[in-house]
Amino acid sequence: MSMATTTLQPVERENYLNKEYGVGSWLFTTDHKRIALLYLISITFFFFIGGFFALLIRLELLTPASDLVQPDTYNKLFTMHGMVMVFFFLVPSIPATLGNFLVPMMIGAKDLAFPRINLLSWYLYIIGGLMMLHCMLTGGVDTGWTFYTPFSTAYSNTKVVEAGLAIFVAGFSSILTGLNFVVSIHRMRAPGMTWSRLPLFIWAHYATSIIQILGTPVIAITLLLVAVERTLHLGIFDPKLGGDPLLFQHLFWFYSHPAVYIMILPSMGVISEVIACFARKRIFGYSFVAFSSIAIAVFGFLVWAHHMFVAGISIYAALVFSILSYAVAVPSAVKVFNWTATLYKGSIHYDAPMLYAFGFIGLFTMGGLTGLFLAALGIDVHVTDTYFVIAHFHYIMVGGALMGYLGGLHFWWPKISGRLYPEGWARLAALIVFLGFNLTFFPQFVLGYLGMPRRYADYSHMPEFQVLNVLSTAGATVLGVGYLLPMLYFLWSMRYGKPAPDNPWNAAGLEWMTSSPPTTFNFEKEPIVTWEAYNYDELDTGHKQEVKVVG
Amino acid sequence: MYFSVWAALLLGTFITYKVAYLDLGRFNAAVALTIATIKALLVALFFMHIKGAHEKLLKLVVVSTLFFLFILLVLSMADYGTRTWS
Amino acid sequence: MSDSTVVGLHHEEQHHPELLHHFAEPQQQRDAASLGMWIFLATEVMFFGGLFCAYLIYRRLYFGDFGAASKSIDATLGATNTAVLICSSLTVVLAVWAAQIALRKLLIGSLIVTMLLGMVFLGIKGKEYKDKFEEHHVPGASFSFDHVPIPGHPDQYANPRHAEIFFALYFIMTGLHALHMIIGLGLFAWLLYMAWKGRFTPEYHTPIEIGGLYWHFVDIVWIYLFPLLYLIDRHP
Repeated sequence: MSMATTTLQPVERENYLNKEYGVGSWLFTTDHKRIALLYLISITFFFFIGGFFALLIRLELLTPASDLVQPDTYNKLFTMHGMVMVFFFLVPSIPATLGNFLVPMMIGAKDLAFPRINLLSWYLYIIGGLMMLHCMLTGGVDTGWTFYTPFSTAYSNTKVVEAGLAIFVAGFSSILTGLNFVVSIHRMRAPGMTWSRLPLFIWAHYATSIIQILGTPVIAITLLLVAVERTLHLGIFDPKLGGDPLLFQHLFWFYSHPAVYIMILPSMGVISEVIACFARKRIFGYSFVAFSSIAIAVFGFLVWAHHMFVAGISIYAALVFSILSYAVAVPSAVKVFNWTATLYKGSIHYDAPMLYAFGFIGLFTMGGLTGLFLAALGIDVHVTDTYFVIAHFHYIMVGGALMGYLGGLHFWWPKISGRLYPEGWARLAALIVFLGFNLTFFPQFVLGYLGMPRRYADYSHMPEFQVLNVLSTAGATVLGVGYLLPMLYFLWSMRYGKPAPDNPWNAAGLEWMTSSPPTTFNFEKEPIVTWEAYNYDELDTGHKQEVKVVG
Repeated sequence: MYFSVWAALLLGTFITYKVAYLDLGRFNAAVALTIATIKALLVALFFMHIKGAHEKLLKLVVVSTLFFLFILLVLSMADYGTRTWS
Repeated sequence: MSDSTVVGLHHEEQHHPELLHHFAEPQQQRDAASLGMWIFLATEVMFFGGLFCAYLIYRRLYFGDFGAASKSIDATLGATNTAVLICSSLTVVLAVWAAQIALRKLLIGSLIVTMLLGMVFLGIKGKEYKDKFEEHHVPGASFSFDHVPIPGHPDQYANPRHAEIFFALYFIMTGLHALHMIIGLGLFAWLLYMAWKGRFTPEYHTPIEIGGLYWHFVDIVWIYLFPLLYLIDRHP
C-alpha cells in the first residue's frame, strides 16, 4: 500500500485482489472470488484451444476435398473441439467463474459453505485439463466427443482411455461446484433473504447444480466402463461379445442431455439480471421464471433418447421421448416470454451487456425452435447427423450460452476488477460477435437441410455445398475477431481502465452493495434483507415501493 | 431401539438367503428385492436418522435422487422392453 | 445508494473452537456439513445407479446365462458378508450415540470394531475373488465358462460371452463397492485418531455423524448387490 504524501493517486482500499500478493496466496486461496478468477483464466485458456480446433475445421471445409488434413486427423479435430468446448469450457464457464464470484455475495454470505472443497474443485479441473492437454499433444482422440461404442472401446487406435479419464476427473470438479452451491443457497442466506427475494441468477444456478449433482456421476461411471472395457477387452458395449452399443448411448446421453441445460441455465440467469438492470424493471413473472429453471432441470432428465432416434431404439420409446422433448421446450419459452414482457414499457439502455442480452434472446429462440424440429421423429430422420443439428446446438450454446457469458462478464467486470471496460469497444465487439455468429451458423442450417452430413472432412461428392461452407468460414473469422476484442480490452482495463464505483449501473442486488472490487469477506457487516429483488423503482426514485409485488 | 433394527436386518438377510433356494419362479427376484428395500429403508430411516429429521429437506434430497434413478432405470428398460413389440 | 438497512451482528462472544469463520454459528455449520454429505451420497447413488442400470438390462436379456454365472459364486460367503456389514452399521450408530453422551471409551471401541468388521468384509471378498480367479471366471484373456448348464434347463449350456458380461459387471460392481469400503476404512482411521485425541464432544462430533452416513450408504449398496448378484436362480 502506498503512503499518501503528495501523490495524486488515491490510496487503494484493501480488497480481495490486493490483500495478499504472491503465487501461493492465489494457488492456496479459499476466497471464492480468487477461485473464480483462477477458473476464469483456466477456462479462457481452454476456450482458445477449442477455438483453435474450430478454426482448423472451418479451414478444412473451405474446399470440398480433404486437402488441409487427412480424414483421420479431421476426426481428431472435431472430437477434440467438442470435448474441450463441452467439458472444459461450457460446463464450468458461468458457474465456476461468475457463479463462484457472485453466489455468496448475492445471498449475503461471506463465502460458500465449503471453501476448501471449492479450491479442490479447481484443482480437479486443472488436473483433468492437464490430462486432456497431454492426450491431445500425444495423439489425440478421434471418436467424436460422444465416444460411441464399439468404435471407442474396440476399434479406435487413439487415446480414448486418457481422454475419458480426463473428463472423469473434470466431472468431479463440476459435481463439487454444484454441491457447494446447493448447500450454500440452502444454509448461508443472510437474514431476510427468503427464497422469493433471491435474484433469478441464484435460482438458475440452483437448478444447474441439481443437474450437476445428479447427472455427472452417470457419465463418470460410463466413461469408467469404457476405459475398463477398452483396457481389458470386455464386451459390455460390444455386439461381437454379446454387448449392446445402445446401452452405452443410453448411459452417455442420460448425462449429456441434461449437460446442455447445465450450459444454458446459468446464462439464462445472467440474462435475467442484465435485462432487469437495463430496462430498470423487475423481471415480469418472477415466480414463473424461477420455477421454470427448476422445471428445465427436471424435464431435462426425461428426454435423453432423442439423441438416439435413428440408432435402433424401439419406436414406442422414441414416441415417448419425442413427446417429452416437446414438453421440455415449454419452460424455456416461458422465460423468453417473461423477458420480453419485462422489456415492454421498460426504460431501455443499450450498454454492452444489454446488447449481448438482446442477441441471446433472438439466437436462443432460433436455436430452441429448431430443437422442436429435431424432436419431431419424421423430420429428425432426415436431418439427424447433418449440419442442421450442428447449427441447432451452436445457436444455443454459442448464440445463447456464450453470449450470456460475455454479457455477464461485461456486466460484473467493474465489480470483479474494480475497473470500467471501454464501452465503445465493447458495443462494437458485441455487434461483431452477433454478425459473425449469424454468418457462421445460419448457412449451416441450410447445409444440413440440403443434406450435408456432419463429421465429414471430404464433401467432394457434393461440391455444390462449397459456397455455404465458405460463407460459414468467413463468419467464423469475424466471430474470432469478436472474441479477441474483449480479451484485449479487459486486460487493458485492468491497468488503464477508469476505477469503477461500487455500483456503476445503479443495479439491484446485494453484490452491488459491496465495494468494487469487494473485500475478502464481502460485507463489513452481515446484511439484513428487508426488500424484494429487483427493487429498481426504489433505486431510481428513492421511494420505497408502495405496491406489494405480485409474482 | 438400534438393536431391534439390527435384529430385523439380520433376520431379513437370513430370510432372503433361505427363500432364494425355494422355487418361486418369477417371484424369487421380487421377494429378494422387496426384503432388500425394507432393509435399506430401515438403515436409512433409523441408522441414518431420516425418521427424526426436523427438516423436510433431507427427505426431499433422498426422494428426488431415487426419482431420477428410477427414471434412468425405467425409461431405459422401456426401450429394451418394447424393442420386440411389432 | 438505496436505503437498505445493513445492520451489524457481532460475533465476538464465545467462539466455539471448531467454528469456521464463514459460518455465523455452530448449528449452521453442522447443518451445512450434514446437507453436504447427503448430497454427496446422492451423487454416489447415481454413480452406482449407472452400473445397476447396465446390470438390470443384461440380466433381463440374458437371464439364463446370468443365472448360471450367479450360481457359481458363493452365496454363503455373500450372506455372511451382508451380516458383517449390518453389524458394522450397528457399531457405527453406537459410535455416534457414544459421542453424543461423551462416552469416550465406547466411542473409540465402536470405531475400532467397525473397522475390524470392515476388514473382515474385505477379507471375505478377497477369498471370493481368489476363488473366481482360480476358476478362470475373471473376464479377460483367460476367461472360460464352457459347458455350464443353465439352471432349470440342464440340457442347455450358458453362452460364455454372456456369462463374461455377468462377471465383468460382478467384478466392477463389487470392486467399486470394495474401493468405497477401503476409503471408508481410511475415513474411520482418521475419525479414530481424532477421537483418541479427544477432539469430539457432545457439541461437536459432526465428522462422526457424516462419516457414519457414508458408511451406512456403503452398507445399503451391498444390501442390494447381494440379492441381485448372488441369488438370481438358486433353486436346485
